[in-house]
Amino acid sequence: MKGFTTKQIVATGIGAAVFIILSRFAAIPTGVPNTSIETAYAFLAFMAVLFGPVTAGLIGLIGHGLKDAILYGSPWWSWVIVSGFVGFGIGLIANRIRLEEGGLTTRKIILFNVTQAIVQAIGWIIIAPVLDILIYSEPANKVFVQGAVAATSNILTVGVIGTLLLVTYAKTRSKAGSLKREV
Amino acid sequence: MTNAIEFQDFSFTYRSQSEPTLRQIQLTIQEGERILIVGPSGSGKSTLAQCINGLIPFSYPGTWEGQVLIKGQDARELSLFDRSLHIGTVLQDPDAQFVGLSVGEDIAFALENKQTERPEMQEIVERVARMTDVETLLHARLNDLSGGQRQRAALAGVLVEDADILLFDEPLANLDPVAGQEAMALMDRLQRETNRTLIVVEHRIEDVLVIPFDRIIVMVDGEIIADDHPDVILSNGVLQQAILREPLYVSAARWAGMTVESVDQPSRVDPFLKQFNQTDVLERLEETPQKETATATALLELEQLAFHYRQGTPVLENVTATFQKGTLTTIVGQNGAGKSTLAKVLSGYQRTTGGQILLDGTDITNQSIAERAGTIGFVLQNPNHMISKHLVQEEIRYGMQALRLSEAEENERLEQTLRRCGLYPFRNWPIQALSFGQKKRVTIASILVRRPDILILDEPTAGQDYRHYSDMMDFLEGLKEDGMTLLIITHDMHLVLEYSDQVCLVQAGRIRYAGTSFGLLNQEQLLHHAHLKQTSLFTIAEHLEVDPERFVESIITAERKEREQWL
Amino acid sequence: MAVEMLGYIEKTSPIHRLTGTTKLIGFLLFTTATMFTYDTRVLLVMGLVSIVLFRLSRIRFREVRFVLIFTALFVLINALAVYLFEPEQGVEIYGSRHVLLEGIGRFTVTAEQLFYLFNLILKYSVIVPIAVLFLVTTHPTEFASSLNRIGVPYKIAFAVSLALRYIPDVQADFRTIANAQEARGIAVSHGSLWQRARNSIQILLPLLFTSLERIETVSNAMDLRGFGAGRKRTWYNQKTMNQIDYVAISCIVLLTIFSFVVTFYDGNRFYNPF
Ligand SMILES: Nc1ncnc2c1ncn2[C@@H]1O[C@H](COP(=O)(O)OP(=O)(O)OP(=O)(O)O)[C@@H](O)[C@H]1O
Ligand SMILES: Nc1ncnc2c1ncn2[C@@H]1O[C@H](COP(=O)(O)OP(=O)(O)OP(=O)(O)O)[C@@H](O)[C@H]1O
Ligand SMILES: [Mg+2]
Ligand SMILES: [Mg+2]
Repeated sequence: MKGFTTKQIVATGIGAAVFIILSRFAAIPTGVPNTSIETAYAFLAFMAVLFGPVTAGLIGLIGHGLKDAILYGSPWWSWVIVSGFVGFGIGLIANRIRLEEGGLTTRKIILFNVTQAIVQAIGWIIIAPVLDILIYSEPANKVFVQGAVAATSNILTVGVIGTLLLVTYAKTRSKAGSLKREV
Repeated sequence: MTNAIEFQDFSFTYRSQSEPTLRQIQLTIQEGERILIVGPSGSGKSTLAQCINGLIPFSYPGTWEGQVLIKGQDARELSLFDRSLHIGTVLQDPDAQFVGLSVGEDIAFALENKQTERPEMQEIVERVARMTDVETLLHARLNDLSGGQRQRAALAGVLVEDADILLFDEPLANLDPVAGQEAMALMDRLQRETNRTLIVVEHRIEDVLVIPFDRIIVMVDGEIIADDHPDVILSNGVLQQAILREPLYVSAARWAGMTVESVDQPSRVDPFLKQFNQTDVLERLEETPQKETATATALLELEQLAFHYRQGTPVLENVTATFQKGTLTTIVGQNGAGKSTLAKVLSGYQRTTGGQILLDGTDITNQSIAERAGTIGFVLQNPNHMISKHLVQEEIRYGMQALRLSEAEENERLEQTLRRCGLYPFRNWPIQALSFGQKKRVTIASILVRRPDILILDEPTAGQDYRHYSDMMDFLEGLKEDGMTLLIITHDMHLVLEYSDQVCLVQAGRIRYAGTSFGLLNQEQLLHHAHLKQTSLFTIAEHLEVDPERFVESIITAERKEREQWL
Repeated sequence: MAVEMLGYIEKTSPIHRLTGTTKLIGFLLFTTATMFTYDTRVLLVMGLVSIVLFRLSRIRFREVRFVLIFTALFVLINALAVYLFEPEQGVEIYGSRHVLLEGIGRFTVTAEQLFYLFNLILKYSVIVPIAVLFLVTTHPTEFASSLNRIGVPYKIAFAVSLALRYIPDVQADFRTIANAQEARGIAVSHGSLWQRARNSIQILLPLLFTSLERIETVSNAMDLRGFGAGRKRTWYNQKTMNQIDYVAISCIVLLTIFSFVVTFYDGNRFYNPF
């Protein structure tokens, strides 16, 4: 836990709170039963790129775990773990994007999207169903279909909304020595 | 005495800025001194404070020239933690400072970090809570506290550390007059009892000076232009030069033709009061201009309005009021009285739980925010909630988007509003790089460009300097003359006197008074219960036995004349 | 629009008197045990324990009704989904096939399937009350220190406490931002899917910036008050462990061992009556 800065801890706590509120209020139903556009994952991906794997992994775990607990009474562990995994996985490229410094190139955007797609595919199509089978003994084809649906919708959500968040944020980072008063 | 803090030829430039925000600062603060730092918005006061407590450079990088010494040690060699043992900071926004789930836990925060054992911790928390008068609230949560209580809890959380330098950035910005006075009295007592060094940054000079200070430091554009005893600063014209609001009774003295001398102790009302001479004053009093009573048409009417956030705890009850077209109404009241809530109900942010709202005679109680937004514009108390774009200019343009104006019209409104709000030089800056006062003005501008019929502003002048305050208020007054109806929530009693056609006093969710401002300020009993205070001009008028209304009006007229020469 | 969320409910009861640490350990062991077992006998015993604990806590059903109803609905839908996807899952698990009803196509009704679904539902009926109980009897201020005491690093434990502290604030931010956007003609709840997704960005962005700003001020405030300098920290709200806590922990450990032994005794998580 050394090297875990105060800012990262606060980002974890407040990030988890935002994750909870977004999954509760800002999920947009798609019309397909049980699937919605989970804007919370776009936020998670953003935090991953800004704060790195450990913070984002914890936001996923704590945010999803607490959300399940206070809304449904009990966490659905397999998916909680996957949320943590997604945050952690996307966070691995934080050092290569360096969002804080602005200058988001097309290459970096592609890197982000390829990474998020791979990480989420692994998370939702492999880890979540396997854990569901191991922990909850649910039927295999049910959990794989659920996983595939979640993967598609979350990859799209992060691809569109998450990318937009990154681009807008990068624009707000002013370059060193760039601000002057104009008359 | 040793030096608590020393700045030697110090300059600081934020990483993103092209020019230094602090220039060539020379400043020595001795142990046990009481220092007040004043200056226009954006002059670098908060930046200076952050250089003291260490957030610069730990949290905000930039270039640093010269030296800062804290108790003789080079500040750059001290970690934030080392500094926290010497310096206790109460931030501008006490809510953000409140990290615990309950008051007790929050007060104990610093002790927990120092690994104080629990029995000892409990004892210290209780002692400090008694000192700051929050001992009955140890189990309360943030949302259960009034503004003044929040401020006191924040102070308690800093006091547990025994830091010998206390640093406050705008402690009064969100407090009602009485809570503000209590906060100052508490600081006074603490300083006296423990001989700590006290550093306060604040725009409300008169309100801070209810307790004695050793020095006032005046900053303009990142430089210290004056550093002297309050009596000297108040008498040598430097505040006017920096365009800051001097205490009202000093303006009054100047108006009465007195030369303000530092020997007359202008920093304290009571001794200074004796300098006034009744005949001089009477001679200059002007006739109160008869306010023309234009044929009033009621624009917005509230009938028996009620509202609660939680069943069983009403926040608004039986609110009945009328707002005439083309008038300016101020809404005043204690922290937590329900002023912001009333504004939210009027603009549709919250749905009423009872009663009716009539706009021009039509019932709009059930209209959505979007439907009301064309006529009612609302500027929220917290600027961050309204900002969704990246550049100042984009943000203000965004407000006009739905109006479908011609491009020429859009540009004209944009430029005019930017200038009025003092944002023109910053129009291409990212909003994140602005000071608090500047951000607040961005949100006001983004609503102003929409030219709504009714404009509701929640504490627009909090954290503003005198120049921006009066530019903005005079602009709003101009809009009123053009027929706009304004509702302004404020804690500033002088603003109430100067600008309002009607004042509504909200107390415990009800409107206890609606009428002229002088009518309200003459009812001391009512004011007292609602945590409000008369201004010092009333004290003078009482002392001289002249009609307060004529007296205040004359001074306001004189101040306006003076403002015309600013340009 | 007050959102119904689970939170601490103040009462005086034996359960409330236990330390947060005890309840946390209890909650974790109990849910793990229940999660892994499909043994009907174990589930019934656990269910009994859970009812007794609930009674002891003096929490009324109607105080937590909304969550229980919500969860019951979720559990039923989940059971239905399991049936639709795999009507013969029970047959596969128990290795025998007693058809009760032929049904349409692959949608048969077998005793095995019904028994499997019954166990599935029973499992949640046991877990949820305990989880709810944990949440409503543990004061949030005690939660972080309990996590720390069972071995979670204090910085992470404090992050959990911060999350609990800021949920109401973020919720208020979210509402105000949505309203402020609506006031400028941006609505989130109407329009086509694409439009709504686009509009949601207009809320997400201010919320993001507000939150980043908040992260900055809060972490500044914490740094200024000396957070994170030590390798440990103490907790103002930690209760001391009493005898009753040790007794309670011992009971729950025994119960967990019992559950694992009975469940995996025959090398299979399922109790097979067929
Ligand atoms: N983080 C930052 N990055 C870049 N520039 C900044 C930053 N913070 C402040 N500034 C700039 O420094 C100048 C001084 O800001 P500061 O906050 O010190 O002003 P202030 O005197 O406290 O004003 P106010 O009374 O409005 O709070 C402003 O013009 C602002 O734009
Ligand atoms: N979202 C909310 N949920 C529950 N209670 C609230 C909420 N917002 C405000 N309150 C409560 O409603 C009461 C009135 O609050 P309001 O913000 O309207 O006061 P105010 O007069 O604007 O105070 P101030 O001068 O400090 O801004 C307070 O007791 C406050 O605690
Ligand atoms: Mg400032
Ligand atoms: Mg308010």
